[in-house]
Amino acid sequence: MELLRVENLEVVYNDVVLVLKGLSLSAAKGRITALLGANGAGKTTTLKAVSGLLHGEDGEVTDGCVLYDGAPIHRLPPERIVRAGVFQVMEGRRVFEDLDVEENLRCGAFTRPRSSFAPNLEKVYAYFPRLKERRKQLAGYMSGGEQQMLAIGRAIMAEPRLLLLDEPSLGLAPLLVEEIFDIIRRFNQSEGVTVLLVEQNARAALSVAEHGYIMENGRVVMEGPSKDLLNNPDVQEFYLGLSQGGEKKNYRSVKHYRRRKRWLG
Amino acid sequence: MLEYYLQLLVNGLVVGSIYSLVALGFVIIYKATKVVNFAQGELLMVGAYVCYALTVQAQVPFVAAFLLTLGFSVVLGLAVERLALRPLIGEAHISVIMVTIGLSSVLKSLVQLFWGTNIQVFPEVLPNTPVFIAGMPVSPVYIAAFALSFLLFAGFSLFFKYSRLGIAMRATAFDQQAAQSMGIGVKNIFALSWCIACVVSCVGGVILGNINGINAQLGYMGLKVFPAVILGGLDSLLGAAVGGLIIGVLENVCDGLAKDVLNLSGFKEVAAFVVLVVILMIRPYGLFGTHEIERV
Repeated sequence: MELLRVENLEVVYNDVVLVLKGLSLSAAKGRITALLGANGAGKTTTLKAVSGLLHGEDGEVTDGCVLYDGAPIHRLPPERIVRAGVFQVMEGRRVFEDLDVEENLRCGAFTRPRSSFAPNLEKVYAYFPRLKERRKQLAGYMSGGEQQMLAIGRAIMAEPRLLLLDEPSLGLAPLLVEEIFDIIRRFNQSEGVTVLLVEQNARAALSVAEHGYIMENGRVVMEGPSKDLLNNPDVQEFYLGLSQGGEKKNYRSVKHYRRRKRWLG
Repeated sequence: MLEYYLQLLVNGLVVGSIYSLVALGFVIIYKATKVVNFAQGELLMVGAYVCYALTVQAQVPFVAAFLLTLGFSVVLGLAVERLALRPLIGEAHISVIMVTIGLSSVLKSLVQLFWGTNIQVFPEVLPNTPVFIAGMPVSPVYIAAFALSFLLFAGFSLFFKYSRLGIAMRATAFDQQAAQSMGIGVKNIFALSWCIACVVSCVGGVILGNINGINAQLGYMGLKVFPAVILGGLDSLLGAAVGGLIIGVLENVCDGLAKDVLNLSGFKEVAAFVVLVVILMIRPYGLFGTHEIERV
């Protein structure tokens, strides 16, 4: 069963820049799906097309469709999409810096009935005890890791059925990345939330995801179960930085990399 | 002598509380939408004239007229946002600011069209006999004006601190797109902020009308808002309150001083702007305005 299905999606920015060129993917219900790719491949645009945030930045879906639970949502305004249960945690955390932690979490709960606020707040504090310690602190003064926790906490407050995560590992220390991914996995398992995870950290993403897509230039160029992708020699070379023998790559083969990569796209 | 200055102080506080109200409207719009609203004074004028029309021309009892004016101001806020500002969402700030200047002209002309340019006087709502506070005569209208402004301020402060919508408005002010990603309807927030701004300005207009009577120059009150908000900080509610009061007191006391000592009149009109210039030189983000949070 798939909760999200994106079919032949084409997105144009400012009426001229074609960013997604017929992208198709799907996210299975209750599973974590990873969407990988280099800078500028169109990963963030894909998420924004799903969450409706594209409308605010002169982006437009010109072809194809986004089906959520079987119904098309790509013409809806973002607040309707959030109410339907799709929540995007944006890249770069985007916490409300002049609001304290609890006020940020209340914003996350904006579309939910008042009665579910207290139990959800407890849930967030159970996942992130550190947020509880700092609940009256202004979000702007917290560390990057704490802000990322807050950003995910806001998503938990919104009780999503489909969680879109955009680079949750961005700018975090490796240990924190592990902690964040562990929480994403726990949240997915205990609540049955479907997750679509966009990452540049391919190894971390494929370690939690069951299925993965690899994007280049606005298209999906490879897909498969995470295990297969992890074992695929091209993925190993281009996304995990390993050469055939499983060793780290050295600079001498950069030329080789460029030649092969064109083949992939 | 001392009494003269105390009287000026009281006048200043009352006028200042009205400045605060208008400044509150200005700050709310600026905070939520980053629009500098040059029509704030005209919103006040429209409120005053609508209340005047209801009480004097339609003979509605004052309390009912006041409530009707509030209702009207809500509609006015929605209409202005919908017709003049929503089409400009996403356009350059300067275009939006020009629209508010245009809006101020339109509102002023409409008022002159309907009611002419003569001074009009409100019927007396509160008794004229002064109340003595610490031995000083204070008109009941002044007390009511001050109390009403204070109540509105307290109410909105609580609203922004604790209510879901208030927090959503602050979130939108900080980061529109992130607010959108929470499911906050940013357009509704914009409409709401124009509503609130209209309501507080209209209340200010009604109070002012009760004190001084109204004429078509009332819109210039809006200009006094700039010293007040720049003194207090463009995005701070507390700043609007304190800034308005300080400007009100300063201009009255300075005016009194200039008359008393230098034998100069008309200093009232410029005192506030002298303060504005000084503030911009030494503390451009105002007394309570936010600096950007910087993590180190």
